[in-house]
Amino acid sequence: MTTQRTSGRRKQAFAAVAAVAALLTTAACGGGGDDGDNGGSSTGAAGFDAANNKVAQASAAKKGGTLKFGGAQDADSWDTTRGYYGFMWNFARYYSRQLVTNKTEPGKAGAELAPDLATGLAKVTDDGKTYTYTLRDGVTWEDGKPITSKDVKYGIERVWAQDVLSGGPVYLKDVLDPKGEYKGPYKDTSPDKLGLKAIETPDDKTVVFKLPTANSDFEEMLGLISASPVRQDKDTKSKYGLHPFSSGPYKFQSYSPGKDLTLVRNTEWKQASDPIRKAYPDKITVQFFSDANQLDQRLLNGDLDLDINQTGMSPQGRTTALKQHKANLDNPVSGYIRYATFPQSVAPFNNAECRKAVIYGADHVSLQTARGGPVAGGDIGTNMLPPSVSGSEGQKYDPYEIAGANKSGNATKAKEALKACGKPNGFSTTIAVRNNKPVEVATAQSLQASLKKIGINAQIDQFDGSQTSGIIGSPENVKKKGYGIIIMGWGPDFPTVQGFGMPLWDSKYILESGNNNFSLIKDKTIDGLFDDYITTLDDAGKTKIATEINHKVMEGAYYLPFVFEKFINWRSDNLANVYTTDGYSGMYDFVNLGLKSAK
Amino acid sequence: MLAYLIRRLFAAAVMLVVIIMVVFGIFFLVPKWAGVDIASSFVGKQADPASVEAVRQKLGLGDPIYAQVWEFFKGIFAGRTYSGGGDTIHCSAPCFGYSFRSEQAVWPVLTDRFPVTLGLALGAAVLWLVFGVAAGVLSALKRGTIWDRGAMVIALGGVSLPIYFTGMLSLAIFAFGLKWIDAQYVPLEESFGGWFGGMILPWITLAFLYAAMYARITRATMMEILGEDYIRTARAKGLKEQTVIGKHAMRSTMTPILTMLGMDLGALIGGAILTESTFNLPGLGRAVLDAIRNQDLPIIVGVTLITSLAVLVANLVVDILYAVIDPRVRLT
Amino acid sequence: MTELSKSGAAVGEPTSSSPAPTSFLEVRDLKVHFPTDDGLVKSVDGLSFQLEKGKTLGIVGESGSGKSVTSLGIMGLHTAGQYGKRKAQISGEIWLDGTELLSADPDYVRKLRGREMAMIFQDPLSALHPYYTIGQQIVEAYRIHHDVDKKTAKRRAVEMLDRVGIPQPDKRVDSYPHEFSGGMRQRAMIAMSLVNNPELLIADEPTTALDVTVQAQILDLIRDLQKEFGSAVIVITHDLGVVAELADDILVMYGGRCVERGPAEKVFYEPRHPYTWGLLGSMPRLDREQQERLIPVKGSPPSLINIPSGCAFNPRCPYADLPKDNVTRTVRPELAEVGSRHWAACHLGTEQRERIWTEEIAPKL
Repeated sequence: MTTQRTSGRRKQAFAAVAAVAALLTTAACGGGGDDGDNGGSSTGAAGFDAANNKVAQASAAKKGGTLKFGGAQDADSWDTTRGYYGFMWNFARYYSRQLVTNKTEPGKAGAELAPDLATGLAKVTDDGKTYTYTLRDGVTWEDGKPITSKDVKYGIERVWAQDVLSGGPVYLKDVLDPKGEYKGPYKDTSPDKLGLKAIETPDDKTVVFKLPTANSDFEEMLGLISASPVRQDKDTKSKYGLHPFSSGPYKFQSYSPGKDLTLVRNTEWKQASDPIRKAYPDKITVQFFSDANQLDQRLLNGDLDLDINQTGMSPQGRTTALKQHKANLDNPVSGYIRYATFPQSVAPFNNAECRKAVIYGADHVSLQTARGGPVAGGDIGTNMLPPSVSGSEGQKYDPYEIAGANKSGNATKAKEALKACGKPNGFSTTIAVRNNKPVEVATAQSLQASLKKIGINAQIDQFDGSQTSGIIGSPENVKKKGYGIIIMGWGPDFPTVQGFGMPLWDSKYILESGNNNFSLIKDKTIDGLFDDYITTLDDAGKTKIATEINHKVMEGAYYLPFVFEKFINWRSDNLANVYTTDGYSGMYDFVNLGLKSAK
Repeated sequence: MLAYLIRRLFAAAVMLVVIIMVVFGIFFLVPKWAGVDIASSFVGKQADPASVEAVRQKLGLGDPIYAQVWEFFKGIFAGRTYSGGGDTIHCSAPCFGYSFRSEQAVWPVLTDRFPVTLGLALGAAVLWLVFGVAAGVLSALKRGTIWDRGAMVIALGGVSLPIYFTGMLSLAIFAFGLKWIDAQYVPLEESFGGWFGGMILPWITLAFLYAAMYARITRATMMEILGEDYIRTARAKGLKEQTVIGKHAMRSTMTPILTMLGMDLGALIGGAILTESTFNLPGLGRAVLDAIRNQDLPIIVGVTLITSLAVLVANLVVDILYAVIDPRVRLT
Repeated sequence: MTELSKSGAAVGEPTSSSPAPTSFLEVRDLKVHFPTDDGLVKSVDGLSFQLEKGKTLGIVGESGSGKSVTSLGIMGLHTAGQYGKRKAQISGEIWLDGTELLSADPDYVRKLRGREMAMIFQDPLSALHPYYTIGQQIVEAYRIHHDVDKKTAKRRAVEMLDRVGIPQPDKRVDSYPHEFSGGMRQRAMIAMSLVNNPELLIADEPTTALDVTVQAQILDLIRDLQKEFGSAVIVITHDLGVVAELADDILVMYGGRCVERGPAEKVFYEPRHPYTWGLLGSMPRLDREQQERLIPVKGSPPSLINIPSGCAFNPRCPYADLPKDNVTRTVRPELAEVGSRHWAACHLGTEQRERIWTEEIAPKL
């Protein structure tokens, strides 16, 4: 269409590029005397994994400077209601505040909630059905006007306007208005547009949430960016994402979608009103790239401080970085699980034994290698609860000995399972995999190879990765195409079993399109456990149920987990007060990043 | 001459209408046949069918195809209004569609991105014309010598090396290694020096590829022209050799070069995807690349149309220039 | 017009020991060789002739005999526009109006081109630049050698077009070559050649590309113009018929050399070389009956890389075996005087040739 002359040779081009990759990146980072695995220094890199679940160089952060992000992907939307990308939620804290938000602490603690606009966490009454918050003094919008309870309510009401503000998470809508009675603020007939009954604002400082039924994760949902306040007179509806009105320490100066974004200090924001944000730099810039390799080059070259997408460096940049700039890297767990799942609508995967045969027959080490190995890929996944989610037991729970005795595949056990399934000679099936993820295609090929050894002939069908929801999200289509194995990945919206597993495992979430319960799990026990979870208010009880759900899912053999994903993220020499947080799936916590010197 | 012009203009206009219809058909019908729901790709992963339906209404995707094409046509001249869910978006003329993915009208995106690509294409074209044609002429005049062989080996390199490779190499050497230039795109209106500095590597990289092709074509054409009888006539008149080459031979040599230039410029204005991506230039090529990745159909349609328009205009200009250069063309 | 050559400043020193000739044009032992991958192509291999002002020389021969190469050699067009490694090797002497051209400064020779010596080419369509008007091309030719403004030059162009018989010359001056008919184009070409009143005009196959009726007109034109301008003219052709009407002297070339030279009436009525006989036999004549087949010269022109030893014409010569000791195949015959100002290069005895001509050849013609 609009390619230039070389496009026909693109394959060649990439091959050639791969071949000289080492040469190029070497040339790109000739300098840097203090590089290497030598631990922290006040001016250089902090050391390998120095910011993974701990704070690196907290004291080195100085006020001022320009913090430079780069990214290969722009946000789905910078509208607090519409964003769903993890990095957008992380970044949105620069210009938006919530009643409660994730603690600005490394690791597990970062997934806990702390009061932000509110003076404290919710006062929960009425058997977990009423949540009451009081707003702090001195909280203001970027024009200096105070943030009121009405602004909070209006911001949350926007979630109801899905026909205009599509894209974001809808947990709050489902919990506060399960019957869908409210039509959203744009169709609201009440004069103040605050017609949602479930939220009350008795005065400007008080917000009261009245849940029709309790949900133990409700406060987690309020910690989502989609619960940010929005002021009605500043609501530009579908265009709000182009210039959200700031309640945080920074405001939009300029934004050109797919090109760049610049935030500058919001001078009306007061440090005293905000227990969360440190607001070190004066200015925050984001430059977007179409080519991830270019982004990595800029990071390696020191032009940029970090990757806003936080999804790990590309293979080429990663290789160079690990060799020459290891002290600039962290290797956190991402919160994602990469897995294969078995739609029960496609025979013989209606039979659990046949599913087990695949789990036993797969070579888990080679799947891990296909994902990038233990460092860039992650630890071998043994169950379906990511380590960052409470109730997770990590590799300790390994019912199929995936990381243990059977890690290279157990043909004997697989054959036994096949016999039990009534297919002693194996069968044929199709593996569906997104075509735009080379790593996933590699895992599909690895799986195909190990299944062949136990008599299962799998065809690989690469489908258009951008059309995921219409292709594998349609159970009808999955059945028609005979996709017995689907390769996917999933990460938590918030770090609980509800925020991770409900769309995957609860039978209520089987949808005609946009379905994520690919295996079509209709297990009364699991559904029941989710119902219990929602009404259990104490953390110990919630954790126990989460563990139990995970066990049930694994026992059903609906999933073959590949890895608990890890990735390699870059931090520049100049970054200070940098740490990864489970609150945002192992990303660096953006909001309190500082610079060592204002360059 | 006027009739010739009118005929060409009319053909171009008809072509444009056909292109709009074909582009529209490809982008709006094919997903339908493939069973892909465009509307659902606009909404999030937990969207309920009702909001998908609402988005479908807003995008007008429920309308029959001819109505959609008609709306699109009308929008170009009269502007267009999208409304749904209590939100109204006005897309003023010329409305080439509205991107619901990035919440902007397509036309401003095109006009924002176009100068970058135009600057890239024109700057590179100047370089490749000067160096490509000069190398080609030199090669033709010094045929068989080390100059000729050398130039042609370099040209072969230019033609065969992918732009991705030469681009990365030049970046690695000049921007990251030697740090001579800061290969960052700076808008022209911000600073000429910054813009020039940011564009110089892309220009050279792109020009290298094209200069190589132009050198080869120039060499071959020049050698052929030098064998023409009218060149001998020119010499027989007593013309200086530089006039023979520079005037009589060059004028004829320029004809195929001009044709190529028109086509290449047209195609490049549609977006030098690889160059723009390698050097992170926010031009049309990158816009379309990002749009493809984000399934931003209106942007893809817009860029495709602009590309087609650019190729059409370029061809028209070439046709006219052709008539200016070659008097024999006017009659045909 | 002749001041350049008289000034002597730019004239190269004669390389030959022989004195400067008295003829207007004298070519001495001209050799033009082209190196190729297959070997040395000896297109012209030792050619000599003289030509006086006001006279016309016809050079006749098959294609590849070296006649066009000779004319380009005189014009100095083998050295101008030679690109790359392989260049023509030229030796001998070309004296034009007392100046030796081969040893002269190339730029001096360039200035002579178009002014002292001009050329008319075979195919006027390809010999005229398709992108420039007739007028532009004539104006250019004039202004190279005359420091006049464009307007004056254009007036001159119109005048010349008028002189060569182009109707409405003030309009046609702005036409492009493709808008002219073949004959008109050749007239325009002639106008361009004569615009500087050259003293030497070389017409290389001037009528070959034209149809028969136009041919005669063009030949008449050349003859008239020659009378008017008093130039020396060389007409190069493969067609004896063309030179029959024009030439004072005729030079027959074969394999890069002259095989017979003499006044036109001698060459036509008392030819003394078997190749000339062959040419005469293959000449279409109006007084010959239409049905009668032409008698072409058998065989094909010699390879200029491996010119046959002895007489170059021997493989095609029906009389090659007549001389004794196989001399036709071993010894190259030199030009020998066979009459007043008439030379031929043949091993056959003079009487033998007279006899063959009068008894065997002439009756058939």
